[in-house]
Amino acid sequence: MPDAVPVSTDPNPETGTQLVKRGLAEMLKGGVIMDVVDPEQAKIAEDAGAVAVMALERVPSDIRRDGGVARMSDPEMIEGIKAVTTIPVMAKARIGHFVEAQILEALGVDYVDESEVLTPADEAHHIDKWKFTVPFVCGATNLGEALRRISEGACMIRSKGEAGTGNVVEAVRHLRAITGDIRRITQADSAELFDWAKQLQAPLPLVQEIHQTGQLPVPLFCAGGLAIPADAALAMQLGAQAVFVGSGIFKSDNPSARAKAIVEATTHFNDPGILAKVSRGLGPAMPGLEIGSLDQTFANRGW
Amino acid sequence: MKIGLLALQGAVGPHAEILASIGATTVEIRRPAELDDVDALVIPGGESTTMARLLVTSGLFDPLIERLASGMCAMGTCAGMIMLASTVLDGRPDQRSLAAIDIGVRRNAFGRQIDSFECPLEVSGLTGTFPGVFIRAPFVEEVGSGVSVGATVEDHPVLCSTEQILVTAFHPELTDDQRVHRMFLEMVEQ
Repeated sequence: MPDAVPVSTDPNPETGTQLVKRGLAEMLKGGVIMDVVDPEQAKIAEDAGAVAVMALERVPSDIRRDGGVARMSDPEMIEGIKAVTTIPVMAKARIGHFVEAQILEALGVDYVDESEVLTPADEAHHIDKWKFTVPFVCGATNLGEALRRISEGACMIRSKGEAGTGNVVEAVRHLRAITGDIRRITQADSAELFDWAKQLQAPLPLVQEIHQTGQLPVPLFCAGGLAIPADAALAMQLGAQAVFVGSGIFKSDNPSARAKAIVEATTHFNDPGILAKVSRGLGPAMPGLEIGSLDQTFANRGW
Repeated sequence: MKIGLLALQGAVGPHAEILASIGATTVEIRRPAELDDVDALVIPGGESTTMARLLVTSGLFDPLIERLASGMCAMGTCAGMIMLASTVLDGRPDQRSLAAIDIGVRRNAFGRQIDSFECPLEVSGLTGTFPGVFIRAPFVEEVGSGVSVGATVEDHPVLCSTEQILVTAFHPELTDDQRVHRMFLEMVEQ
């Protein structure tokens, strides 16, 4: 864990501390978080070795197809998924919709994803995530966006990618943007850090922390467009510490086999022999979409 | 001394950092051959259902059982405690554990993430308190013979040990306090 997170010295048990919030993200590292829309899918995900499930009413590719306003899922549906699985359950709130987040916290979800896949509720402000006991994950396309989310209290950052496309190119762009700038900041001198903070539109202390530690202050995961085991291993080799797979599993022909293969590929991301073995015979992956053909991109939502 | 860190899934990095800071060499274990030249094993926190499945698919389950049976020392934190326990309560019906210490552990016994907490612990053998970090944490419900309890929260055992095995429901690796890891290294040396 980064040194910046102090241990509590309160003699009484204290919930919702930065350490326990970021700590859960640490525990999810090296794992796969899978989008599920019903209890049956949640069981398949857990059976396959998912470290957590994301409960939502429609996977991103269906949201993309159906259009309209996408909102928080029905609490009954989230409760149904919580009831059948013992692994952490995450759920999405709209960007800036702090009441949806309050409801998700009251439901006892384990992580809230303030997500660009849903239709934003506020065009200037994200949720003040420091006010919550439940931890938040937020998407980012670049380092500045990641640091703004962390300054608002996010305890995990994921690449946005372009959800629901089965096309990994945007996730790669976002991961490379984030890790590349981290490497450049590590090499900067102290005077240059002020300019970095200005260019990134990010708080100076976070830029200085990255300069010292060479890493984001919270775990960095990958999301958006992952469809095959090799995509998960690519994200991990590019520096992601875990992966989210949305439409890629349950929009494929054999979700159970694909889910298991992606879990193994995430663990053995540096072992091409195992990657070759687990990639065999999975049947057709979800049909993908070219980014240029999209009417609506989700990744540009967020400020 | 070379400590193997089970790296199938979970918070591997923090254990590596704290073990390095007290002079131990660590190596990540994902395949059976990597077990050969390690003197002891650490199983990190993470998701026990995921790790249990990957132990089987990676072919590590049986070699680990053999090494533990021949006396290799092991430390487990949170999910690692569950993996080393003889009985897992509230686990998956098909969840296998390594049964290296005779305890029954209940998964997520302290509740969900919103119930995760920090609190100072009295640990036997340590002066002053130890920072306890509990994340969707388990606790021990059944303590077998030959197992000593080194710390409790509301009377529930959260640190247990034998001469060979040390398990905690909390995460010493997420703090700067090296004392629990030092206890483990002393155990390995003896």
